Amino acid sequence: MVHGKSAHDGETTLALKLRVWRQSRGVPGHFEEHALAAVPTSASFLEMMDMLNEQLIRAGKDTFAFDHDCREGICGMCSMTINGMPHGPLPGVTTCQLHMRNFRDGETITVEPWRARAFPVIKDLAVNRSAFDKVIQAGGFITARVGSAPEANNTLIGKVVADEAMDAAECIGCGACVASCKNGSAMLFVGAKINHLNILPQGQPERERRTLAMVKTMDEAGFGNCTNYGECQAHCPKSITLDVIAKLNRDYLRARVKGFFSSTGKPSKGGD
Amino acid sequence: MKLESKTPAGPLADKWNNHKAKLRLVSPANRRKYHVIVVGSGLAGSAAAASFAEMGFQVSCFCYQDSPRRAHSIAAQGGINAAKNYQNDGDSVRRLFQDTIKGGDYRAREANVYRLAQVSTNIIDQCVAQGVPFAREYGGLLANRSFGGAQVSRTFYARGQTGQQLLLGAYSALSRQIGLGAVKMYTRHEMLDLVLIDGKAKGIVTRDLVTGAVESWASDVVVVCTGGYGNVFYLSTNAQGCNVTATFRAHRRGAGFANPCYTQIHPTCIPVHGEDQAKLTLMSESLRNDGRVWVPKNTTDTAKPAAEIPEEARDYFLERKYPSYGNLAPRDIASRAAKEVCDEGRGVGQVIDGQRLGVYLDFSAAIKRLGESEVRARYGNLFDMYENITGENAYKQPMRIFPAVHYTMGGLWVDYNLQSNIPGLFVGGEANFSDHGANRLGASALMQGLADGYFVLPYTVTDYLAGVGLSDRPTTEAPEFKAAVKEVNERVAKLLAVNGTKSPRYYHKALGKITWEKCGMARDKAGLEGAIRDLQALRKDFWENVKVVGTGDQLAPELERAGRVADFLDFGIMMCLDALTREESCGGHFRTEFQDAGEAKRDDGQYAHAAVWEWQGEGQLPARHVEPLVYEETQLSTRSYK
Repeated sequence: MVHGKSAHDGETTLALKLRVWRQSRGVPGHFEEHALAAVPTSASFLEMMDMLNEQLIRAGKDTFAFDHDCREGICGMCSMTINGMPHGPLPGVTTCQLHMRNFRDGETITVEPWRARAFPVIKDLAVNRSAFDKVIQAGGFITARVGSAPEANNTLIGKVVADEAMDAAECIGCGACVASCKNGSAMLFVGAKINHLNILPQGQPERERRTLAMVKTMDEAGFGNCTNYGECQAHCPKSITLDVIAKLNRDYLRARVKGFFSSTGKPSKGGD
Repeated sequence: MKLESKTPAGPLADKWNNHKAKLRLVSPANRRKYHVIVVGSGLAGSAAAASFAEMGFQVSCFCYQDSPRRAHSIAAQGGINAAKNYQNDGDSVRRLFQDTIKGGDYRAREANVYRLAQVSTNIIDQCVAQGVPFAREYGGLLANRSFGGAQVSRTFYARGQTGQQLLLGAYSALSRQIGLGAVKMYTRHEMLDLVLIDGKAKGIVTRDLVTGAVESWASDVVVVCTGGYGNVFYLSTNAQGCNVTATFRAHRRGAGFANPCYTQIHPTCIPVHGEDQAKLTLMSESLRNDGRVWVPKNTTDTAKPAAEIPEEARDYFLERKYPSYGNLAPRDIASRAAKEVCDEGRGVGQVIDGQRLGVYLDFSAAIKRLGESEVRARYGNLFDMYENITGENAYKQPMRIFPAVHYTMGGLWVDYNLQSNIPGLFVGGEANFSDHGANRLGASALMQGLADGYFVLPYTVTDYLAGVGLSDRPTTEAPEFKAAVKEVNERVAKLLAVNGTKSPRYYHKALGKITWEKCGMARDKAGLEGAIRDLQALRKDFWENVKVVGTGDQLAPELERAGRVADFLDFGIMMCLDALTREESCGGHFRTEFQDAGEAKRDDGQYAHAAVWEWQGEGQLPARHVEPLVYEETQLSTRSYK
C-alpha cells in the first residue's frame, strides 16, 4: 500500500506547518498554527504529533489531546481528520499507520477531530464515540451464555460464509465512516456488525430482533441516514464496502415485513 | 507474607473437577445483592464481567480507553491454542499441558497449567457460539495452524486478527449485559488505588480522565485484569496506554508481585527505525510457519541487498541450531539466537548506534512452493502492515525483523483460585503470574485470558463471596475510602506542582533505555546493580524536574503518562532486583553468567520457586518471598528444541 513514493529512506526529514484544532470542554474551538521541523519521513503521523507535543511542553504550553492506543491499526482509537480526510490521504489505513513519507517538505497539514453530531468533542482532537457502544449494546451480539455452548464443530459453516462474516467483522469501530459522511451516518458501522452476525447460523435466532434494535438505537443516537455518497467506503481503514449497507437495508425491511406478517393479534412479547 | 498456593490434592487430571465440586455457591436470589468490581476490559476482564453479570451479580467494569472494545487483547494476531485434536495429530489435554509447562521452562505452577489446558476446549466452543468467525475448511469445519513450541496444529485463528475477533466476542457478551443494565460500564476511568478494610479488598479509587474527578467505589470483591507491564521498556509492542499502575497500586497495598523479571521478547517485530519512535510493531509468529529466518554468513555481506547474497552464503540459523523445531523454536530461544547473530556483526538493515539490529524473514521459498496468491491469502494483512511501516514490499524482498518486548509473564501473585494474598482481590489474564512460568508459548495469552475470565473466576469468586456473606460491604463513607481518595488527590496535585523542565515522555524513554539495555534479552549482575542505581537516580530526578502540562479537570494525557511513568520507575527497580536475585537462566530471563553454550542454564535446586515481592514503603527496596513450585507429575528436564 505504498503510493508511488520511492523506497523508504530513513535520513529524509520534513519541515511542516501544522494547523491543529484546539478546544476545551464546553467552549468553541479554533485552529492553532505551529511550525515543526526535522520530522523523519519514517515517523508515523502520531509520532509526528508526539514531536509537536514535546515541543509544546518545552515551551511550557498545553499539549494537544488526541485518542490513540495500539498504534498498529487495530484498536480503532485514533481518530484524526487530516487535510479534511478521516485518517488522512491513504486508503485502507488508520491515522496511526499513516507515515510521514506520504507528505511533502514544507506542506501545511490541517488536523481536526472527527466532525459529527453524534461524536461531541471532549478536548482538542478527542471525541466521544460512546454512541457506537450503545448501538452494540442494543443488539450487536449473539446471546450465548457461558457454559451453554455446544461443541464447536457441531455447527458447520462453509468457508465462503465464514470469510464473508470475517470481512464484515474486521470493522474496528473507529468512526471514520461517520466522520466522512455528509449525513453523519453510522450505517457502514452498523451494516458491518449486522452482516457479521446475520449471515452466521448462530446469528439466525436473533436476526430480526437484532436488526430492529440496532437501527432504532442508531437513529436515536443522532446518526443520519445513508444517501449513497460512498465517502464511508472511501475512508474506512478496513476497506469495508457499501454492500453491507445494502444488506442492512434488506435485513431491516425483512425484519419489518416479518414482524408485520407474524403478528397473531396477541400483544407483543418483547422484541420490537 | 502468607503464600499458600491452595493447590487441591489428587491426580493432576482430577484436581480442577474435584475442586469445583467443593467450591461454595451463592443462590440466584442472593447474587444480585453482591457487587463485583472488574478493572480492565480485555479478554479476561470482559469475559469475567460478562460472566458475573450472566450469573446475576451486580457488576461495575472500568477501563481507561474510550470503549471496552479497545483493550490491547485486540492486537493479538496469530491465534488461540486448544487441545481439540481436530487435526488428528496426537494432541490432547496432557500434551498441551506438557508443551506449556516445558515452554515456560518449568517455572509455572503445575496444577494451574493443567487446568488451562483442560478448559481450552470450552473456550473454542464458547467463542464459536458467540459468532467469532474463526478460519474454516471448505467442508465447514474449523481450521488450525501450527505455532511455536509445539509439534501439533492446535491453533485456532481468524486471519491475522484473532485477538480482535475474540475480544469483540467478549465485548459483545459484555455489551449485552450493559444493555440489560446488569453491568455498569465506566470508560475513560483509571484505577489509582485499591481500598482495603480489615485486610480485605473492598473497593477502588478511580480518576475520571475526562473530568479529572477522583471517586471511590465500594464492592464485595475486586477483580483486576489490567494486563502486563511491557511498557516499562518504553518501546514495546504494547499499546501506548498499557501500564502497571493498577497492579502496582495493589502491590503498594500489600499484594505480592511475582516474578517481575519474566518478560517475553518476541522474535518477529519490525526493527527500530529512529529515536522518535513510540511503538514497535509485531509481525505474527504465524509468519514463521512459512518464512525462513536467516542472516549472511559473512559480516562483509550485511550491507548488501538480500537478493545479492547467494544461497550458500546465507545462515538459516534457527534451522541449523534447532533442526527439529527449526523456524518455530519458542520465542525466547528464537529471540536470543537473533541477538547472538547480530552481536556477531551479522545483522542486517540500518546501522543504529553502530550496530545493524535485524535478521531476514524470507518468504521466497514459500512463494515458490505455494504461489504468491496463497501467501497473500494467509498473511496478506501482515504484509500490508509491514509495507505501510517500512515502505518495503515483502513479496519482493525479505522482511527484516528483530526481537522486541511483547508480553510479561510476571504479575500479581495469585493462588490456585486466582486470588492474591489480599482476600477479595482476584487477578486474571496477563496481570497475574499464573500460567506461563518464565516464557509464554505463542497463542497461549488469548487462551489464558479467556480461561480465567469465562471458566475460572466465575467459580472461584463465587466461592469467595459465599464466604464473605451479605452484611460485610462498607460504603464509600468509610474512613479507609476517604483516606485513599485524599492520597490520590494529593499525588495528582504533587505531579502537577513539580513544574520542572522535562516531559513525562523524556523520563519514560530514559527508563526504557536502562531497562532494555540492562534487563532485556541478556542480563548480568553488574549491569543489574547499575540499573537499580540508575533508576533510583532517575526517580529522584523525575520528582524534582518533571513538567506536567494541562490541568487536572480536563482530559490531560500528560498527567496520565506522568502517573504511569512514576509507577513504572518504582516497578522497574523491583524488576531489576528480581532479575538480580534470580541467579539462574530460565525462559525469558537470561543471565549471561548462567548458560550452557548460549542455552539457558536453570538451577532447579535453588530456584524452582516463584519469587514474590512485598512492598516495604516509599523509597525502600521490596522484600523477597518465595512460593516453592512442587511438581507432582512433571519430570523437570533441560528444555531442548534441537
